[in-house]
Amino acid sequence: MLRVFRNEGRKGNDRVRKLKWKKARRRSRRRPGPACAVSAIRKGPLSKDLKPYSRECFYEVFEEEIHQVIVENQLFKPRERVAIGASGGKDSTVLAYVLSELNRRHNYGLDLFLLSVDEGITGYRDDSLETVKRNEIQYGLPLKIVSYKDLYGWTMDEIVKMIGLKNNCTFCGVFRRQALDRGAALLKVDKVATGHNADDIAETVLLNILRGDIARLSRCTSIVTGEDGPIPRCKPFKYTYEKEIVMYAYFKRLDYFSTECIYSPNAYRGFAREFIKDLERIRPRAILDIIQSGEDFRISTFTKMPEQGTCERCGYISSQKWCKACVLLEGLNRGLPKLGIGRSRGPNNDHKKGTKETNGAKSIESKQCGTLDF
Amino acid sequence: MFCIECFRSNLYGKFRLAVTSHAMITPTDNVLVAFSGGPSSRVALQFVHELQHKSLKNFDASRDRLLPVFRVGVAFIDETTISPLPSRDIDRAIQDIRLIVSNLAPPIKQLHVVPIENIYSGDGTNRLKNLLDAVSDTTGKEDLLLHLQMSSLQKVASESGYNKIVLGLCTSRIACHVISATVKGQGYSLPADIQYVDSRWEIPIVLPLRDCLVQELNMLCHLDGLKTVELLKGPCSGINGLVSSLVRILQEENPSRECTNVRTAGKLTPFHFNRIPESDDSIIPLATRRRQKRYNLKPNESISSESFCPICNSPLNKSDMLRLSNLGSCQTNSDSFGAACCSSCRFEILPKDPSSIDHFYSLLPQPLVARAKRSSYDNLSLLREQIQDCLLSDSEDES
Ligand SMILES: [Zn+2]
Ligand SMILES: [Zn+2]
Ligand SMILES: [Zn+2]
Ligand SMILES: [Zn+2]
Repeated sequence: MLRVFRNEGRKGNDRVRKLKWKKARRRSRRRPGPACAVSAIRKGPLSKDLKPYSRECFYEVFEEEIHQVIVENQLFKPRERVAIGASGGKDSTVLAYVLSELNRRHNYGLDLFLLSVDEGITGYRDDSLETVKRNEIQYGLPLKIVSYKDLYGWTMDEIVKMIGLKNNCTFCGVFRRQALDRGAALLKVDKVATGHNADDIAETVLLNILRGDIARLSRCTSIVTGEDGPIPRCKPFKYTYEKEIVMYAYFKRLDYFSTECIYSPNAYRGFAREFIKDLERIRPRAILDIIQSGEDFRISTFTKMPEQGTCERCGYISSQKWCKACVLLEGLNRGLPKLGIGRSRGPNNDHKKGTKETNGAKSIESKQCGTLDF
Repeated sequence: MFCIECFRSNLYGKFRLAVTSHAMITPTDNVLVAFSGGPSSRVALQFVHELQHKSLKNFDASRDRLLPVFRVGVAFIDETTISPLPSRDIDRAIQDIRLIVSNLAPPIKQLHVVPIENIYSGDGTNRLKNLLDAVSDTTGKEDLLLHLQMSSLQKVASESGYNKIVLGLCTSRIACHVISATVKGQGYSLPADIQYVDSRWEIPIVLPLRDCLVQELNMLCHLDGLKTVELLKGPCSGINGLVSSLVRILQEENPSRECTNVRTAGKLTPFHFNRIPESDDSIIPLATRRRQKRYNLKPNESISSESFCPICNSPLNKSDMLRLSNLGSCQTNSDSFGAACCSSCRFEILPKDPSSIDHFYSLLPQPLVARAKRSSYDNLSLLREQIQDCLLSDSEDES
C-alpha cells in the first residue's frame, strides 16, 4: 500500500536534483528495476486501492531510493569514516541496516560505525542500548557508546532527581547533541548520519514557521548540515516516509526498541505531528510537499545564524562565552539547576534562546528530546 | 483593556497605516471592494467608506479643491448556480447586501452582483459546473473555485474601470494561507500572496486589513452593529479544513501564535510585484515613498521576471520552470496549458488521466486560457536563462 503515493510527489522535486547530479548518477550503475507485476505499474498513476507491493520489491525499491538520494546528493565520499547515530529506535536501526547493505552492494567504500549516547536512564536507555549492542553483532558494525556520566559526571536519572521532570528535556537535548559530536570526534569519523525521516523534517518546517524561527527555517531542510562545524551530519532518510521505515523494519523483522523515553512528559503527539498524520491520511504526498516548500522558501541570505565561536570552558562550538552544556552543567554542579533555564543569571547574560523553546513550544512539538532518536 | 472608542480607533488606525504606507488608495483611484458578506470584508467596506467620507469632507472644506476624492464600488460574486444552498436564501442575502451598500451613502457606491458563471463569455453555467465536476480532489475543487472568484473580480474590475481591488483578508486568514500553501508545496510563491499589495494581476489587489485579527473584526461588527450576511460560505473541507482547525487550536492555546506565523512568512522575500506599480509614482505622496523605503520596498529593485501558473497565478518555482522549458514546443494547447501549471495545481486540479486534459481545457474560462498563452509564449527563452545553472551543458555531459 505504502508505495502507491510516491510517484506524484517526487517528480517535480527530483527534476532539479536529477539534472544537477546527472554526472554523479552516471557513475553509479543503476540496477535493473524490480520485475514484480505490482511494481511494474509504478510508472503509471497509481491509486490507493491498488494491490500492495510484493515484499521483495518493496525492499528493493526502498533501498534503491535511499541509494539514489545518497548518490544524487553526494552524501558520502569513498573511504570516508561514517558514524550512524544509533538509538536503538526504528529509524536509526533501519538506517544502520540499509547503509551497511548499500555500502556492500554499491561499493561505497565506507567505514561504518554505530555511535550511541548513554544518557543514563534506567529502564529506558539501558534496554535500548542492549538493542544497539545486538545490532553491532548482527550488522558487524563497531559500536561506540559515549555516556553522560563520563562526559558530564551526571546521568539523566541523577539530573531528574535534582531538577524534577519539568525541564529535563532541555538537558537531554543539549547534552545529547554535544555528546554525539564528542563521540564522533573520538571515532575520528568524517560524518555522522542520522535517522531523521521525511515526517520529522516536515514537522520541523512547520514548527519553525509556528515559532517564527526564520534562520532555522532556512536550514532545516538541508540534507547535510553542520558543514562549517567540526563534523557534518546528513539525513539519508530525508525523503523517506516514517510509514515506510516502520514497514521495512517490520517486514525485515529488524531488532529495534520502541518504548518512549520515560522522562518525556508528553506521551501524546504534539499538534504539529498530529496534523501531519491527519494530512497524510488525506494526501500522503503533503509530507514531501512541505519539504519542497521548505526548500523553496525565498529567504534572504542576510538571515544568518549567530556567529559561531568556541566555548571558553570546553572548546565546543558556541555562539556565546560558554556553550549551553557548560552553562547547564555549572548550574547542576553548583546546585542551581535553573541556571541556563528561564531567566536566572549565568555566565552568559543573554541566554534567552533555547529557553523560549522549552517554555513556549511544548505542546506543539512531539519530540523535545527527539524521542532519543537524535 | 481598551474602551470601545480606543479599540475602534486602534483598529481603524491599523487600516489607515496600511493604506497610507503602501499607497493603497490615492485620490484619483477608483476602488472596488470585494464584499462576501462576512465580517472581514464588511469591516473593509466600512473603513474604506469612512476614509472616503473623510476625504469628501476635506474636499468640501478645502478652498482650492485640488485633491479629488477617490471613488468606491462594491462587488459581490454570486455563486447561486453552483451553491448547494437554496437560491431563495442567496436571493435574500443579496437583498441584505444591497441594503448594506446603499446605506453607506454618501457618496453613492455602485454594487456589482456578479454571477460567477459570468467569467465565461456567453452562458457559462454548464461549462462551469462541468469544470468543477472534472476536479476530483476536494481541496483542488475548493481552490479552483477561489481562483475563479479572483478571476471574476478581475474581470468585473477591469470592465467597469476600477484600478484597485480591496480584499478583507485579515491576519487570521493569512495565517491559514501560510500553512496551507506550505502544505501544498507552494513555499516559493507563498510570499506573493501575503503582502499588502499584489500587483501581478491586471488590477492590483490590496489588503488593508492584513494586520487585523478576525476576533477584532467580529468584535467591531458586533459593537458597531455592522450587519453581516453569513450563510453564504460552507465550512472548508479537505486540507483547507484541516489547516483552519490546526490554526484554531494553536490560537486557542496561544493567542499570539497566528501573528507569529504570519510574521515568519512576512520575513520571506516578497516579489517585485508586491508593490504599487511604478507608473503610479507621480501621485504617490513623498511621505509615502519614504515610508515604502523604510519597509524595504525599493522602487527600483531589479525586476526578476517570473512565469505564472495559469490556474492560480502563482509564480513558478525552479522545478516547474525546468519542466516547462524541457517540454520544448508543445503540440497542443491543452498540453502546453498543463505544462504551464504549477505542480500544486497539476496535482490537485488538473485531471490525472492525460486523455481528459483536452476535455478539462475545453471547459476553462477565457481569462485562464489567456494567462496560459501569455506565459508559454513570452517566457520560454527567459526560462532557459534563469535555470541555466541547473542544466549541464552538453560538453560537460560528455566528459
Ligand atoms: Zn527527554
Ligand atoms: Zn562548553
Ligand atoms: Zn480608551
Ligand atoms: Zn497553480
